[in-house]
Amino acid sequence: MSQIPADLRYTKSHEWMRTLADGTVEIGITDHAQQSLGDLVFVEVPEAGRQLTAGDACAVVESVKAASDVYSPLTGEVVAGNAGLATQPELINKDPFGEGWILRLKPSAGGAAAESLDAAGYEAVVAAGG
Amino acid sequence: MVDFGGWDMPVGYGSQIEEHHAVRRDAGMFDVSHMCAVDLRGAGVRPLLLRLLANDVGRLTAPGKALYSCMLRPDGGVIDDLIACYLDERWFRLVVNAGTADKDLAWIKEHAKQIGVAVVPRRDLAIVAVQGPGARAKTLPILPEADRAAAGALGVFFGVAFDDEWFVSRTGYTGEDGFEVALPAEAAAGFWGALRDAGVAPCGLGARDTLRLEAGMNLYGNDMDETVTPLESGLAWTVVLEGTRDFIGKSALEKRRDARDARKLAGLLLLERGVLRSHQKVFSAAGEGEVTSGTYSPTLERSIGFVRLPAAADGAVEVDIRGRRIPARLVKPPFVRNGKPKIDI
Repeated sequence: MSQIPADLRYTKSHEWMRTLADGTVEIGITDHAQQSLGDLVFVEVPEAGRQLTAGDACAVVESVKAASDVYSPLTGEVVAGNAGLATQPELINKDPFGEGWILRLKPSAGGAAAESLDAAGYEAVVAAGG
Repeated sequence: MVDFGGWDMPVGYGSQIEEHHAVRRDAGMFDVSHMCAVDLRGAGVRPLLLRLLANDVGRLTAPGKALYSCMLRPDGGVIDDLIACYLDERWFRLVVNAGTADKDLAWIKEHAKQIGVAVVPRRDLAIVAVQGPGARAKTLPILPEADRAAAGALGVFFGVAFDDEWFVSRTGYTGEDGFEVALPAEAAAGFWGALRDAGVAPCGLGARDTLRLEAGMNLYGNDMDETVTPLESGLAWTVVLEGTRDFIGKSALEKRRDARDARKLAGLLLLERGVLRSHQKVFSAAGEGEVTSGTYSPTLERSIGFVRLPAAADGAVEVDIRGRRIPARLVKPPFVRNGKPKIDI
């Protein structure tokens, strides 16, 4: 049902990660997550410069149905939050792996990372009802 | 799909916000077959309802006229809210909520048997609500041909029964014009398909909730239940205390009306970003309250809700949302009617 691009890494809590050319990591929520939440109406993204530890709640996505925290899969410093989500939270519904990205993070050297999954591993989590 | 009063029902068929806008701008339809139509038949039906309902069915003099009312416990608590439609002197039809239907039927039957009124739940009927400014025009050509003229002539809050099966009323739960159509269950899928072909958007429970909240309409179980009275639920306009009619719960309401700890249900508009949800705490100068229903309003693009709080509360309040106090304002519902905002934002 939902899309799970093969070139990304995932978490059990439905975030995805994409390593960009400059070594920063783009983070968002998966297609499965946005489908479960339904129409998003409000997204709170972290400000640049904020230090995050893996597992920290770093953003809030709120739909008509429910509010949900987004957890940072990595330890590092926020380089940017997606400012476009303030006026267009629906970007996450329309393009969860592209224009709907939530934050970009510069991982700290040797920083802890939450356990991450490849596409097949994440697909198994979704199939198991996670 | 979610469980709703024992029925598997869709939250949405796609985007719940697009479904909402379809109803405000043109036409949407809801399968509301979970709602239970109940026929009350017998010479004593009007006296029975004069006693059972807080609103006054004595006001129903034109055949087909419908009335919204609460049915109360002796202590004034709300057993259910319902629509009563006067069809003739020996026949009223009620439409009650799904989750409360069994207890409603038991309560009604207990009183009906004393005056010889038959109570017949119509589980054989499906109900489709077609709502929106374009709803009636799209529905009429799809009704059985013999029924179109009478259905097209219905005034607001009137219904008409055809041969004890098809029943069309100009009622709804969205704040828009439209019909609610009861029909034999086996005809429902064909009717639904014909409406879809006519451009009526299928809508789920999610849009139903945002539409009814914008329209300032209560949801039983959220905004009122057996622990509160209609006077504490924004429903004083549905209670007729004047006159000598003695309905169940009347004396309790008269006693509690002027209580020092009186509460009320008010509309709530969130002034900053975020979404009101039921059970959030509300702080006012007159004391604390609690959100009973909250959502995001697609029409206003703000969060709206209902809050039960001390009757003296007014104006500015704060809502605890995820540990932060966000400013909000008490307002008088409805928030939206016939596609137009009814409050200043």
